Parts: sequence; structure tokens; C-alpha cells
Amino acid sequence: MTTTTPAKRKPRLAINFRQYGILAALVVIVVLFQVLTNGRLLLPGNVNNLIQQNAYVLILAVGMVVVIIAGHIDLSVGSVVAMVGAVSAIATNVWGLPWWASVLLALLVGALVGAWQGFWVAFVGIPAFIVTLAGMLIFRGLTLVLLTGGTISGLPDQFTAIGAGWLPGFLGELGGRDVLTLGLGLVTCVALVLQQLRTRATLRRLELPRETLTQLWLKNGIAIVAIMWLAWLLSGYSGTPIILIILAVLILLYTFMLNQTVFGRHVYAIGGNLFAAMMSGVKTKWVNFYVFVNMGVLAGLAGVVSTARAGGAVASAGQNYELDAIAAVFIGGAAVQGGIGTVVGAIVGGLVMGVLNMGLSILSVDAAWQMAIKGLVLLLAVAFDIFNKRRSGGR
Amino acid sequence: MNSPILRMLGIEKDFNGVKALDEVSIEVERGKVHGICGENGAGKSTLMKVLSGVYPHGSYDGRIEFEGEEATFRSINDSEAVGIVIIHQELALSPYLSIAENIFLGNENSKRGVIDWNKTNLEASSLLARVGLDENPATKVLELGVGKQQLVEIAKALSKRVKLLILDEPTAALNDEDSDHLLDLIEHLRGQGITCIIISHKLKEIRRIADTVTVIRDGKTIETIDMHGPDATQARIIRSMVGRDLNSMFPPREPKIGAEILRVEDWTVYHPVDTARKVVDNASFTVRAGEVVGFAGLMGAGRTELAMSLFGRSYGTNISGRVYKNGEEISVRTVDEAIRNGIAYATEDRKKYGLNLIGDITVNVSAAALATLAKYGVIDRHREYKVAESYRTRMNIKAPTVSAITGKLSGGNQQKVVLSKWIFAGPDILFLDEPTRGIDVGAKYEIYGIINELAAAGKAVVVISSELPELLGISDRIYAISDGRITGEVAGVDATQESLMHYMTAGKD
Repeated sequence: MTTTTPAKRKPRLAINFRQYGILAALVVIVVLFQVLTNGRLLLPGNVNNLIQQNAYVLILAVGMVVVIIAGHIDLSVGSVVAMVGAVSAIATNVWGLPWWASVLLALLVGALVGAWQGFWVAFVGIPAFIVTLAGMLIFRGLTLVLLTGGTISGLPDQFTAIGAGWLPGFLGELGGRDVLTLGLGLVTCVALVLQQLRTRATLRRLELPRETLTQLWLKNGIAIVAIMWLAWLLSGYSGTPIILIILAVLILLYTFMLNQTVFGRHVYAIGGNLFAAMMSGVKTKWVNFYVFVNMGVLAGLAGVVSTARAGGAVASAGQNYELDAIAAVFIGGAAVQGGIGTVVGAIVGGLVMGVLNMGLSILSVDAAWQMAIKGLVLLLAVAFDIFNKRRSGGR
Repeated sequence: MNSPILRMLGIEKDFNGVKALDEVSIEVERGKVHGICGENGAGKSTLMKVLSGVYPHGSYDGRIEFEGEEATFRSINDSEAVGIVIIHQELALSPYLSIAENIFLGNENSKRGVIDWNKTNLEASSLLARVGLDENPATKVLELGVGKQQLVEIAKALSKRVKLLILDEPTAALNDEDSDHLLDLIEHLRGQGITCIIISHKLKEIRRIADTVTVIRDGKTIETIDMHGPDATQARIIRSMVGRDLNSMFPPREPKIGAEILRVEDWTVYHPVDTARKVVDNASFTVRAGEVVGFAGLMGAGRTELAMSLFGRSYGTNISGRVYKNGEEISVRTVDEAIRNGIAYATEDRKKYGLNLIGDITVNVSAAALATLAKYGVIDRHREYKVAESYRTRMNIKAPTVSAITGKLSGGNQQKVVLSKWIFAGPDILFLDEPTRGIDVGAKYEIYGIINELAAAGKAVVVISSELPELLGISDRIYAISDGRITGEVAGVDATQESLMHYMTAGKD
């Protein structure tokens, strides 16, 4: 039976429920650790660290969600992070390039790595699992060659600021709080509400199903409280982390790319049904190629960020980053077989992992147990997702 | 008096409050072939899932009696244990295992977990002989055609000492020859006392082998017809299935045929793997504006391969030949190029090649012409929505909104989404490959109407179909294809099933 008539409005609401389900899980975890740590989890310093420490997973998750929607996987990103970090540190400290040139070079190297892997996946037709497994070894090896086992530290301040710095508080302070940070929070809230109202107006015009006004304001209210509360905390610490701005731009950019552009649609089409995409004239090989180039650039950025945060390049950098990023994407509701996934979901998934990391560290849980707990959370999150899908599918 | 082998009384089943089966009752006599007819979504498959225990006892209301005793199956294993075996439309064989391994899969001849291969192969041979399949039991299933795989499924059922065999659309994927063979086999099994329930859209087959037919519509039993009675005609069944009289299977049409749009000359295609084999051999044909051209051929004759190779070389290797559009030679080396040259190909396998089943109607409708909805690579999603909505209305796609996931639509509605996609791409030439396969009578009629509209709008429409009455009903001109060669060309009005069949089997022993 494939009757559809009775499912009035159901599909849209079901999707929303899935997204909110992950968000709800994040809130539950935050509250849980806030209680367990006697309020230490959400101290301003810890919130700041949560952002700066997890920026690399979030950046990688943004690239990874695109890869996974297209039906692939990328196991090499941890090694790419290490290699790009090494290149950028060498460029700055050994070759004496200015910090911005090193960053650009790092992104370029990331793009080249992506093009290399994209070539094998898209044009030769080797499964991404194999290509990137090889890449994981290749780029880790090259990192060791570049650093000859040692480390490079003592990067200039402008460079480290990318990962560990804050926007200068040029608007001054008010009662010991950074005005710029509070202002940015306010602007974000206004922009969010305006955008939501615009979307709603369009939905109304097109007579598409939409949330009730109560739902809308409840949602916006929660979001505003969350944003302003975050701004309040950060303004009382060191202000707005630079990396937060980079992340915000990435999230907006990639959400737009996946939802509103032809390229984004082609990514979903390939993951949804490769053959149907081919037979609709989608240049599937080139799309796959660019998906990997994109992943490479973002891995390069993550490399810069984690090198900046660490203050130098080490050969062991980026270990297991690929697993964190992949876990974030799947916790965020992406489908293993491709075709389904969102940037926001991946970010929320990354935050779930980040809060777990931080909460367990504050509780000084043994690293071995931390790993086991994270694994269990991944499994439960995906199980929850599958359970939800089955229920909404009705069969 | 022959007591019924199976009685299902007042079966009710609902999904989230939607009634799929409403007081369905059916009585099947021992040793008879019982047909079940109904449009797609009428509830036939749900009924069979209730019977075979896929939906366990307790998840539905009503009573099932098998051989006079109440049956309370909790799983397929329970129903198989008493001798009810169901063979689904999509065959469930493991391609890399041998015929014998497949027959005894889950039911191995073994002692303490060790398989007795001699016994397995011996028994498999005798079962294959019973179903008339002349193959080595050690042959891997992937080397067999669909028709033979179907026979392996039946052999598997026989190995389970089947008393009641249920066949769900058994001939949907078979050519006429294999279908004939299968129907003979069913008759033969009936002679051996095996009762059979057959679900089919092909009323001719039902007419040929069924002793009784139960028609189901909208989850209700409409009537049970004794096929040996005087008024057991195809028209009667159709009337009962659709709840209305179909004066004609095909909507009326007045062809207005214009100038030649497409000309293909000496088109030759080789098999992509077996590169020495010609799949399309020197095919030349033309299609004119406003014309509906049919392609008739048996399965494997090269019809689909011809169309797919023309559509951006989606099939085959070493392709040669020339394509002219409006008298000028065009290149169709990639799908993109074919689309830009105004060619569309709606596939015969909509699930594999036609649709993004996890995507909604909107993204599927716009998929082939996304560029026309975008500026600088950014999609105008409002316009996209409006386009999808207009096609939903125009094509009468039954879905609450265009945000409905295509994988959850019925076959007929999925087909309409595929057609919408290609009509929106704005082609001049449409290849429609089996446009009505596996969809119900009502939806077929609608699709014929759409084909007529396209032709009336001056498009050239090529219809590939295995159903000869369909080709005869809608085509202005028909090409017959056999063994990769175009063996005949007949005007629609002059063509008969016999004349086409003559060409379609030309050059074959």
C-alpha cells in the first residue's frame, strides 16, 4: 500500500521533529553535565573553550556532511589536517611567508589534496572509502616527512589568533562586558527573526504548510535566549572568538549552498539516486570531484585552525579527527547511504560530541572511558534516528 | 463437495488509522487457480502479507482458516510450515549462489550444520525437472534471465512442500514466451493438486488460467467471478476494478502530423561488457512532429538499448551512426547534450534510473531542467515550487503536496512524476520506455491522454512497449525491432498483433 492521501502535512512535520530531536538531545546533554559538574560546564571560560576546542570538528563536519550526502566518506581528513598544519607552520617559520600567505597556501594545499582524491573517486571510480583510507596513510606519512618527526612552534600572533584569539573589543566595555560581543548577539537575533518572518510570509503566499505562530515565536524565543545568553557569557570572558565568526560564515554559506544552489541540489540528487541523476543530465563525475575539492579546502582550514590553536605543528596532529567529524554528521541525522543530511544537523552533532568531551573532562573521567562513552552515544543517536524514521514511515 | 483450502473472513488492517483492508473476505477452493485483481493500491499485496504472516496475527482483525483450521501466523516461517508460499514481484534470490543453494536457502539438507551436497544437487535436479527448467543446479542465479529465475523461485516453493502458492505479478518482468511457459507450469501444478493464488494486472492471463477471480477495490472485496461462467469477460473485470465503464482503453485523438524532427541513420551499438556483440545493428528511423511512433520488440531485442544509446550514450560502447534534428546533424554524446538538443528519455525502470526516491516531488520534477530555474547557480525555489505544483495539478499526481516523498507514491503517480520531469525539460522529442509498466488501468488511461497532449503540442513521441494492444491503440506508426535490427515498419491503422509479432520474431529460429 502506498496511499499518500492521509499523510496531510505529515512529511514536513516529521522532518522537523527529527531535527528538533537532535537539538533536544543536545539540550539534555548540556543540562545533564551542567548538573553533574555542579555548574562548571557553562562557566564563561568553558563555553569559550568549547567553541575554540571544537572548531576543527565543526569545520570538518561541514565538509563531511557534503561528502556523506553525495554518498561517499572521507577518512583522510585527520591526516590532511596534520599535513596542512605542517605546511603552514613551515611556510611561516622556515620560509618566512607572512601569516596570511601561509593561510592561503594551506587552503591551496587542501584543495590540491581534495583534487587528488576527487580524481581517483570521480574519474577512476575507486570507492571513496579506499581512496581516502589510502590518503589517510599517504598524508600522515608526508606529514612525518615534512616535520622529520619534530615539531615547529613559535607561530606569529596573527596566525595563532585564528584559532585562539578574539575580536578586538573596539566598542569598549560596559560593566566589564565587551559591547561588540553583545552587539553581535543582538544583530544575530534580529537577523534571525527577520529571516524567519520572511520565510513564513513566502510559505503563506505559496500556501505551503507552516508552523503556527505560537510554534514560531516559541522557537524564536528559545533561539534568542540561547544566542543572547551565549553573547552574555562570552562578553564577560574575552569577547567573541574569531573562530566563531568563521564558523558562522561557514554554516550560513554551506546551508545556502546545499539548499539554494544547483550544485547543492546535484549533491543531494547524486546521493539520492546516482543513476537517476546521471539520466537527468547531472555531470555526476564533476560534482563528485568538487565535493572532494571542497572537503580538501575545509580540511585545510581545519588544519590552520588546529595549528593556530596549538601554537605549532606536530606530526601527531589531527589524529582521529575524521572519526569525530563522521560521528558528528551521523549524529546530525545524515543517512549512511547518502542523499540525506543538513549542515545544521552536522553542527549540532559536532556540539553533542564537544559537550560530551568537555563535560567528561571536567568530571575528570578517564580518557579510555571517554572514548567508549562517545562511541555509545554515536550508536544510540543513529539508532534513535532509525527508530524515528521507521515510525514516521508507518511500516 | 470440495471444501475450500483457504478462507479469509472479514479481514481488516489499518496503517496509522488509514484502512488498507476493510472487511475483505475471500474463499479459495482446493486445487484451483484463484486470481486476485485490483488497481495498484487496492490492497492486494497487503492482503497477501496478512495471509503469509508478514503482518503477524493480532496486527489485523478478522479470521483466517487454512485447511479448515484457524491460522494464527506470527511470521512467514509459520505460514510456510503449513504449506503457504508467496513469491513476490521482486524476486528474492541471491545472485552469487547457485540454483541449488538458492532452492534450499534457509532450508538446507544438512547434518549438524554440514551440508549434504549430493542430496542437495540431486533434489534440486528433480525439482528443476518438475518446473521444466533445463539448467545445471550448480549454475549461479545471476547467469539466468528473469524468466528462469522465476522458475527457480517456484522450485524453491515446491521444495517446501507447498500446498498454496501465491504469485504476486509473476509475469510483470517476463516476455511473452517466458510468461506462456510460466502459465503452462501453473496449469501443470494445478493438475498436481497445488492451489494457486495469482495477482496480476494482465487480465488476458487471468482469463486464461484462473478458475475464479476476486476483485478488490479500495480495500474492499467487490465481487468474486466464476471464470467458467458466461459473463466472465475482460470488460467485466475491468469494470469491477475501476468501478466505472471504460468505453475504450484509449482516449480518442486526431493526429496532426508535421515535418520530420528526428532522423537516425545507421545507428550501431555494441554491448558494454561483451564488446563483440552488436546490440543495435544499423538501425535507421524517423519521427515527425505530432507523431506517436511505437517501437515493438520482445524483451532483449534492443529497444531500450537503442533509446538509451541515443540519449547521451547512456548505454553501450563503440557507438556509430548519425542523428539529425530538423535536418541538421546533432551530437548527443552526453546526457546533458541530448537534453540541450531537445531529447528526453523516460526510463522503463523508474526506481533505478528515473527518480530520486528519497527526494520529494519538487526536486524530481525540476531535476532535468534545474538550470532554467536558476540564476548564477542559485535556484529560485519559489518558482520551482510553482512549477512542481502546476505539474501536480496538470498531471493529476495524487499526493497531498509537492513535498511528498516520491518513494511513497504509487507506481502510477511515480510514473507521472517521471513524465512531469521530462515534459518540464521542454523537449521536442520524447522517448517513453514502457510508460505504463506496472501501473493500474485508470492511470494508464491518464498517461495515454498525456501522450496525446504532447503529440498535439507538436512534439515527436516515441513509445517503447511490450504490450502490443497498447502500441496499436496509441501509435501512428510502429517500428518492429528484432535482434537489434529494425525489421519492419507499419502504419498504426494497418498494424495487427499478428503482423507485428511476425516482424518481431523475424530472423529468429
